[in-house]
Amino acid sequence: MVNAPPPNDYLAYPDAQGRFGDYGGRYVPETLMPLVLALGAAYAEAKADAAFQVELGGYLTNYAGRPSPLYFARRLTEHLGGAKIYLKREELNHTGSHKINNCLGQILLARRMGKKRIIAETGAGQHGVACATVCALFGLECIVYMGAVDVERQAPNVLRMNLLGAQVRPVTSGAATLKDAMNEALRDWVSNVEDTYYLIGSTAGPHPYPVMVRDFQAVIGAETREQLLAAEGRAPDALVACVGGGSNAIGLFHAFLNDEAVRMFGVEAAGDGMATRRHAAAVNGGRPGVLHGAKSYLLQDADGQILEAHSISAGLDYPGIGPEHAWLHDVGRVRYLTATDDEALEAFALCARLEGIVPALESAHALARLPQIAAEVGAGGVVVLNLSGRGDKDLATVAARLGLGALEGRV
Amino acid sequence: MSGGRIEARFADLAREDRAAFVAYVMAGDPDAETCLSILEGLPDAGADLIELGVPFSDPMADGPAIQRAATRALDGGMTVNGVLDLARRFRTGDEATPIVLMGYLNPLLSYGLETFATRAAAAGVDGVIVVDCPPEEAAPLTDALEGAGLALIRLATPTTDAARLAIVARRAGGFVYYVSVAGVTGDKPVDAEKIAPAVARVRQACGLPVAVGFGVRTPDQAAAVARVADGAVVGSALVDAIAEAVSQSRDPVALVLDTAAALAKAVQSARAGGS
Repeated sequence: MVNAPPPNDYLAYPDAQGRFGDYGGRYVPETLMPLVLALGAAYAEAKADAAFQVELGGYLTNYAGRPSPLYFARRLTEHLGGAKIYLKREELNHTGSHKINNCLGQILLARRMGKKRIIAETGAGQHGVACATVCALFGLECIVYMGAVDVERQAPNVLRMNLLGAQVRPVTSGAATLKDAMNEALRDWVSNVEDTYYLIGSTAGPHPYPVMVRDFQAVIGAETREQLLAAEGRAPDALVACVGGGSNAIGLFHAFLNDEAVRMFGVEAAGDGMATRRHAAAVNGGRPGVLHGAKSYLLQDADGQILEAHSISAGLDYPGIGPEHAWLHDVGRVRYLTATDDEALEAFALCARLEGIVPALESAHALARLPQIAAEVGAGGVVVLNLSGRGDKDLATVAARLGLGALEGRV
Repeated sequence: MSGGRIEARFADLAREDRAAFVAYVMAGDPDAETCLSILEGLPDAGADLIELGVPFSDPMADGPAIQRAATRALDGGMTVNGVLDLARRFRTGDEATPIVLMGYLNPLLSYGLETFATRAAAAGVDGVIVVDCPPEEAAPLTDALEGAGLALIRLATPTTDAARLAIVARRAGGFVYYVSVAGVTGDKPVDAEKIAPAVARVRQACGLPVAVGFGVRTPDQAAAVARVADGAVVGSALVDAIAEAVSQSRDPVALVLDTAAALAKAVQSARAGGS
């Protein structure tokens, strides 16, 4: 599939079976097949229903705080000395990241389907918090599966979820991180088929999740297009976003996919470095396979066993990537780069010092590749970076890694 | 070709008017040699068919017992080649007992579907169950398996309605595995009375024998299933016996075969007395 011919219309994908080229699909046990088919039908109906879109738009505006600003980062631009840098400020949304966009869309769908019990998986806890938030908003039972290791290292988010009325269930199987939380959520769903809605947080999982989550996140790129037109009178030259499962990236990219002049960069987590096995870069360090209901690039050993991912960012600490990204890589529409833990930490501090914005460690991976992209685009060009989340949740991780003193007085 | 072992076995059992006792063990649990001894003992203990689990790192449809068995097997170095080697060694001593491999798609994809099918057939495997490959995604796998003379055993569940059953039935081979409860392996106990109409419906739609698994643990449950279905599959209870033996430093072979023998006896005598 690598270097397959690019399609005429990127927005025409996936096909009816949820395929982006060879990727995606519905690789789930028979017990779940009728459920994912019903979900696909319910979503198609909701998507076409103007009343649903109006209701969602109302919550996005009045509850989540959309549109998020598109901010010209003057000092960062001067520092890098290349293209003009704009930041899409998703970290200013309610709950502190882009995750709320998807959760609002799916919770309205779950209500429409009459589901009373919501389950979710979470890594860093950002999706778990967003999910617990919308469940509180609508008075629905919420159970969040979270790896026991992540429960330990993201304690503040566990407290937030509990405060919001969610039950956090630590998962001890496997390496007790995001991949295992997703296995456990799927096991719950298989066991509670009648009343339960599985609210997946990224563009992963069986069809229709990758397309549904993408659609709910596409508001990011749609706003960006309008906002940049107002600010600069033109489309951007390049877009950049971090990629774990890939929901914030596809949310920014989607509105521009057919605009071939817009270059796109996804940044995967290289952890300790691509030369080590301790990374989370599925495209750059993996190969195609099937996990959690979809075919996509995966970190796996020679025998097809899934490998643990490693990243300082819990939100990127996943061995797969959404199927649409796998396809966009193969057809050459998006370039997938990597950033190490150390590079992300450097960019984390730089953004705080130059712009007064503490980015999430996830978003810091995208920031880490900005110098290269800004130089490639050059002066006079425009680059938009998706600042997908805020970094307050990461202060303890950064302090533990560097010592807060190490950050003092730099830049 | 598989030599039609699955068809022959179910035909023989139908003549005897009894259901098959299908024993599931995880390949390489707790290690390859012990597993081979268990496999070699299972037919004498009364197993009519053997399901051999192919371990996977992320078994999303399995409960804790089989998850842990997969971890034990992988920690012991079990691979797809290792699974095929176990099947081949078992087959040198037993020409009649069907072996069905059961696992997840990714290790097979990684191995190469056609290479896998060819080598599995050569090793004496008769069929394959792939939990996360529903009929809609199964064409490449079915092509590869059928090309090598192997059956892709289809799954039906309580959520499979009549319309889906027609999809499940298309290209189904060997027998149909009816998942008795909406849940993971070893989860909720089976209700044999409740499943009887479903089993009949699946048998009718697919024209194949129907074996029932998930939630069949005890001899009583196995007997109840054997009265309404063509086979009763027991997995977690056997796998638990291995785990128990290992944790107590006892001989897993003896404990598993004793457990299997009790289950087999219950299945064999289930229909006697006409209940």
